[in-house]
Amino acid sequence: MDLKLKIWRQKDSQSRGKFVNYKLNDVSPDSSFLEMLDVLNEELVERNEEPIVFDHDCREGICGACGMVINGRPHGPDSLITVCQLHMRKFKHGDTIVIEPWRARAFPLIKDLMVDRYAFDKLIQESGFVSVNTGSAPEANSIPVKKHYADLAMDAAACIGCGACVAACKNASAMLFVGAKVSHLTLLPQGKIEAKERVLQMVAKMDELGFGNCTNTGACEAECPKGITLTNIARLNREYYYAKV
Amino acid sequence: MSTIFTSSIGKKLMMSLAGFFLLAFLLVHLGINLLVIIYDDPMVYNKVAHFMGTNILVKIFEIVLMGGILLHIIYALILQIQNWIARPKRYSKANYSNTSFFSKFMIHTAIITLVFLAIHFADFYFKAKFGHTETLVVDGVLYHDLATEIVDKFKMLPFVVFYIAAFIFLGFHLVHGFQSAFKTYGLDNSRFTPVIQALAIVYSVVIVGGNTMIPLMIYFS
Amino acid sequence: MHRIHSNIPEGPLTEKWSSYKSNQNLVNPANKRKLDIIVVGTGLAGGAAAASLAEMGFKVKSFCYQDSPRRAHSIAAQGGINAAKNYQNDGDSIFRLFFDTVKGGDYRSREGNVYRLAEVSNQIIDQCVAQGVPFAREYGGTLDNRSFGGALVSRTFYARGQTGQQLLLGAYQSLSRQIKQGNVEMYPRMEMQNLVMVDGKARGIICRDVITGKLERFSAHAVVLATGGYGNVFFLSTMAMGANASAIWQCHKKGALFGNPCYVQIHPTCIPVHGEYQSKLTLMSESLRNDGRIWVPKNKEDAEKLQKGEISGSEIPEENRDYYLERRYPAFGNLVPRDVASRAAKERCDAGYGVNSTGLAVFLDFKDSIARLGKDVIEAKYGNLFQMYEKITDDNPYEMPMMIYPAIHYSMGGIWVDYELQTTVPGLFATGESNFSDHGANRLGASALMQGLADGYFVLPYTIQNYLAHEINTPRFPTDLKEFEQAESEVRKRLEDLMAVKGSQTVDTIHKRLGKIMWDYVGMARNKDGLELAIEEIQNLKEDFWNNLKIPGEMDDLNPELQKATRLADFLELGELMAMDAMHREESCGGHFREEFQTGEGEALRNDKDFAYVAAWEYKGEGKEPELHKEALKFENVELKQRNYK
Repeated sequence: MDLKLKIWRQKDSQSRGKFVNYKLNDVSPDSSFLEMLDVLNEELVERNEEPIVFDHDCREGICGACGMVINGRPHGPDSLITVCQLHMRKFKHGDTIVIEPWRARAFPLIKDLMVDRYAFDKLIQESGFVSVNTGSAPEANSIPVKKHYADLAMDAAACIGCGACVAACKNASAMLFVGAKVSHLTLLPQGKIEAKERVLQMVAKMDELGFGNCTNTGACEAECPKGITLTNIARLNREYYYAKV
Repeated sequence: MSTIFTSSIGKKLMMSLAGFFLLAFLLVHLGINLLVIIYDDPMVYNKVAHFMGTNILVKIFEIVLMGGILLHIIYALILQIQNWIARPKRYSKANYSNTSFFSKFMIHTAIITLVFLAIHFADFYFKAKFGHTETLVVDGVLYHDLATEIVDKFKMLPFVVFYIAAFIFLGFHLVHGFQSAFKTYGLDNSRFTPVIQALAIVYSVVIVGGNTMIPLMIYFS
Repeated sequence: MHRIHSNIPEGPLTEKWSSYKSNQNLVNPANKRKLDIIVVGTGLAGGAAAASLAEMGFKVKSFCYQDSPRRAHSIAAQGGINAAKNYQNDGDSIFRLFFDTVKGGDYRSREGNVYRLAEVSNQIIDQCVAQGVPFAREYGGTLDNRSFGGALVSRTFYARGQTGQQLLLGAYQSLSRQIKQGNVEMYPRMEMQNLVMVDGKARGIICRDVITGKLERFSAHAVVLATGGYGNVFFLSTMAMGANASAIWQCHKKGALFGNPCYVQIHPTCIPVHGEYQSKLTLMSESLRNDGRIWVPKNKEDAEKLQKGEISGSEIPEENRDYYLERRYPAFGNLVPRDVASRAAKERCDAGYGVNSTGLAVFLDFKDSIARLGKDVIEAKYGNLFQMYEKITDDNPYEMPMMIYPAIHYSMGGIWVDYELQTTVPGLFATGESNFSDHGANRLGASALMQGLADGYFVLPYTIQNYLAHEINTPRFPTDLKEFEQAESEVRKRLEDLMAVKGSQTVDTIHKRLGKIMWDYVGMARNKDGLELAIEEIQNLKEDFWNNLKIPGEMDDLNPELQKATRLADFLELGELMAMDAMHREESCGGHFREEFQTGEGEALRNDKDFAYVAAWEYKGEGKEPELHKEALKFENVELKQRNYK
């Protein structure tokens, strides 16, 4: 199929960016979205133009590196999927596809579709962990964990840190990301010990990093490739109040 | 405790507490207003309005209410400005998938409601307060004849249309606000939330329905 | 010439590691603060090592080419992690895990290393649980296990189909904690380009900042490689797009021997190749083989119809299906080790029984399991994998049999290390997939995570001290020494050379050609003629690369094409060494299958008399033949047998 692509190009963080139009013919509906961009990039290189820069790595939907806003939706027009797993059969011959980078103050643009998501790492560094040194762990089965909580923790821990929640949120809020990590660790007895400090520090850091505020819109939940739910935000709120009182 | 007023979650909490307080007020307000159409005798309404305007507890409550509105607005402004700053460069193609549709337009419905509120205050509240209404003396007590004022106003078609439109937008605001408040309080799970969402719709329909019924019934009576 | 010595401690197998730990040199806390360690890579091995070393008090500098340490490709491992906990009371033990790993590796790994791996496996589970890794649990609250990859015991711990992700996040979170505490300096988007040696010891690295393109120098008292495997030499593999061999290859060129480069693992359950534009292959967990049955049509006519798309797999009646694994290996059936399952699929497809348009796919069918257990049970077990399959192929595996084909997945070979994980360059260590050590010629399922974390948490943090104990008098040193200057200018020259070619071929077109050579001749089945041809073709391709390469953009800028080109330059050299190693090893073992050496029934035929050794290759310079060193493998606790899965 033939496509028209309207892609955000920006030389570096300082430059002014703009949309550039490209035509791409004979795209296989079985190729992935990133493979489609690979083909376009090969054409650009052949023409001695600079290829479009975007983050990507595992291409199986788990590393969280890829991400772009496609026709207004982070990771494109399919649910529970990252852009590397989005396939071109979701588009039609003759479609115009608008591709933009994640846009948020906390995720400054680096080049073209590549943004800097180190703010997420800073959030985890702040206290998204259990303070346990190597070697000091007790026998694994010495603390039983209710299966229900282990499963809920796993649901939350499935977050891949791609940033689609921030990109989708009209306020560029990181509440789903922080909510998922707080939930994951707080639901487990191992993480409960530091629950109060963790939630207070992570929320303070989140505010400091320039993310917006949550308005329970649910755009994050709708676009999360791993199906992380808003209940994690509610749990974050609960944990926060609990830590405050 | 300090950051409870300044952290993002703290601000949301204040915002939603104030909002929820306003939700409760709206019900009371509707209840009283319905008296205009329930009773043919305008004095029933006028007496209640008189009580509301003179009772010391109600007067204290009135200040609290104003505070609530102000708090809701101030926090909304702060949050909204921060939210705009959080995304300096907007998408050229807007996002359209949300799990709560009305949440996208909270600021817009809020501004419409604020404009409505200003007009509403000018029409009724200040008149009642500062006495530019017809007065009646019953049993030696001076009453503002607000009931007649309302009936007079709602005989004018543009006024009726404006009121109804404003309430519909307020309804949109309430549908999201009602259920969002619960999430902000940390109350959200797969069993509880659908009930809240249903309640939010019921509540909003009652508020919008009740408040549009008044002008409609008066206009067509 | 190097004298290579494995440094395996003397004494009985079961006491080697404890006696090593009792006798090794340690560094006291005050001195740890004065010692810097560079760790390259932030996957399970690198992330765990950096965190553990920092917790101990060393000053760590951690590097990754991705935008965040959390993106390392360990994250993609699905199935699980083995440990000898014996929670299921099914007779598992450290010895049995050790034995299975040595046998699974086709008797080409070191007994001492593998036993240590099995020993520390239990500590890994304890450590991960304490970090908050949400492993699957029983209703009683204890940890759940499953059987995996043909093991006779249930020793695999798992977190849905995302075990690698959860373990990596555990290590990443520990690493993050150390970053906050200031014990680790984190350098994301930094790609190692060269090793710096001072007085014969590894003393630093040269990196290219991926964003600015600038070269930067970093010094340390020791350098740890944790850069993963080199499967991308095949272009198409299940590796991440950025996974590369440049760090280990540059170290190899600086004197680190390369062990068993020809041992690569082909994973049997990947989604088949579907077109020219394809960028990578997607793996589906081997656990699918627990309930899926693998088959091709019995009749060639049916296969041809399938290839033309005239019929679909579900239309072929039961009696016309050939469940070839069950037929050939009645005892293990669909659960034979990866190398055996992969070769069997290739054998059927080469014989003309492949089932998709390219003829390079076999069916993996859940019809019987769904009938037996119900769709709900299958969905609970494999729902996410089925969903992924459907997203990629647009076929519903609940109704149509899945199509699978083997793909390059893991490299058992890597930088040669001794028992202490030290390479032949003093002060340079290699961990996880980047070293060659524990899997022999074939890796068992759920063992990669175990090895990465064993190296990172429990082995390297001990053994590196034995080296660093002698370095306590070496002060921190600046990066303006002439050795740093020299190493940086080597890199700069190489980058300038690449930019100067200004030819007509893109990096990917050349990489695809390399991949095809590697897959055709150095892939699942190899023979002497093919390998000779491969070496010749790779040399020609290398010529072509250095004469016809085209890279747009600038050197001192974010330049993904240049980044890929530096990696490909190294893959071209590594590919040649892999072919040479495969040619010299005149036997079949594990992932290395030489067509000339097979039993009458087409099974791998080892030659323990002549080849029970580790092939460690020494780089001798541009255009010169590498030199082979042999480390004899001694088996004192395991009897060498033909692997038999019948």
